[in-house]
Amino acid sequence: MTLQHYLVISAILFSLGIFAVLTRKNAISILMGIELILNSCNLNFVAFSRFVSIPVDPENIDGQIIAIFGIVLAAAEAAVFLAIILAIYREFGSIRPDEVDTLKG
Amino acid sequence: MEELSLKTFIFYGFALITIASAFAVVSVRNIVHAAFALMVTLFGVAGLYVFLQADFLAATQVIVYVGGILVLILFGVMMTSGRLEMRIHIQRGQLLLGGGISLALLMLLLTVIANTPKWENLTDDGLTLKPTTERIGKLILEDKFLLPFEVASVLLLVALIGAALISRKEIRD
Repeated sequence: MTLQHYLVISAILFSLGIFAVLTRKNAISILMGIELILNSCNLNFVAFSRFVSIPVDPENIDGQIIAIFGIVLAAAEAAVFLAIILAIYREFGSIRPDEVDTLKG
Repeated sequence: MEELSLKTFIFYGFALITIASAFAVVSVRNIVHAAFALMVTLFGVAGLYVFLQADFLAATQVIVYVGGILVLILFGVMMTSGRLEMRIHIQRGQLLLGGGISLALLMLLLTVIANTPKWENLTDDGLTLKPTTERIGKLILEDKFLLPFEVASVLLLVALIGAALISRKEIRD
């Protein structure tokens, strides 16, 4: 395997996540798109730390630790996101982002 | 050589599973189906972590994402979606615009990946890492990542309290 295999997979995951965030009309689908994007970022971190460090120090795993922090952030983000969605659903009776427009001038 | 080609075969299998199910996540109309497709994607990424010899990270991915975040997402679907909201509505113009933007982004990324000479011909064939769990523990708990680790724990506490505060029923007096 080469680094570019992983980068291409990660790029495809990232674009699919962006596509979900841009086109979906349901806040939970948008959250799924964000999770895809975060996964592609983590994959990039691990792949770069694996391949770029081979000539210098093959046992370097700093990128994996960054990916672990990424997973922690994703967990916190999902919890807060779903709490906000629940509050919005109670208030508006819908979780379609374009219907929640109270702040619109 | 025989073993190597088997490894390549399994790698492409994982890559295919990951990409196909990610495509299902963004194209399936039923949100519960999308959540289960997301589960397959997360497993596929965990498999790719195994190929990158990140054993601890692969286990963490399965436990936290599949066991935690996906269950959270399914709870969110359960608590906010009536029978009508299960289906995802998409407008045609938005689909074209979003598809165009993400396709352009993909082309840009692939061009950069293909044209960066520094990233070419980096291969890890025949190189095996030692198990990573012990080193990750040392790096996080006594080495250079101790401060970020503590900050992450404070962040988790903040997120926990914030989520509980935001989602509780408001008491009006």
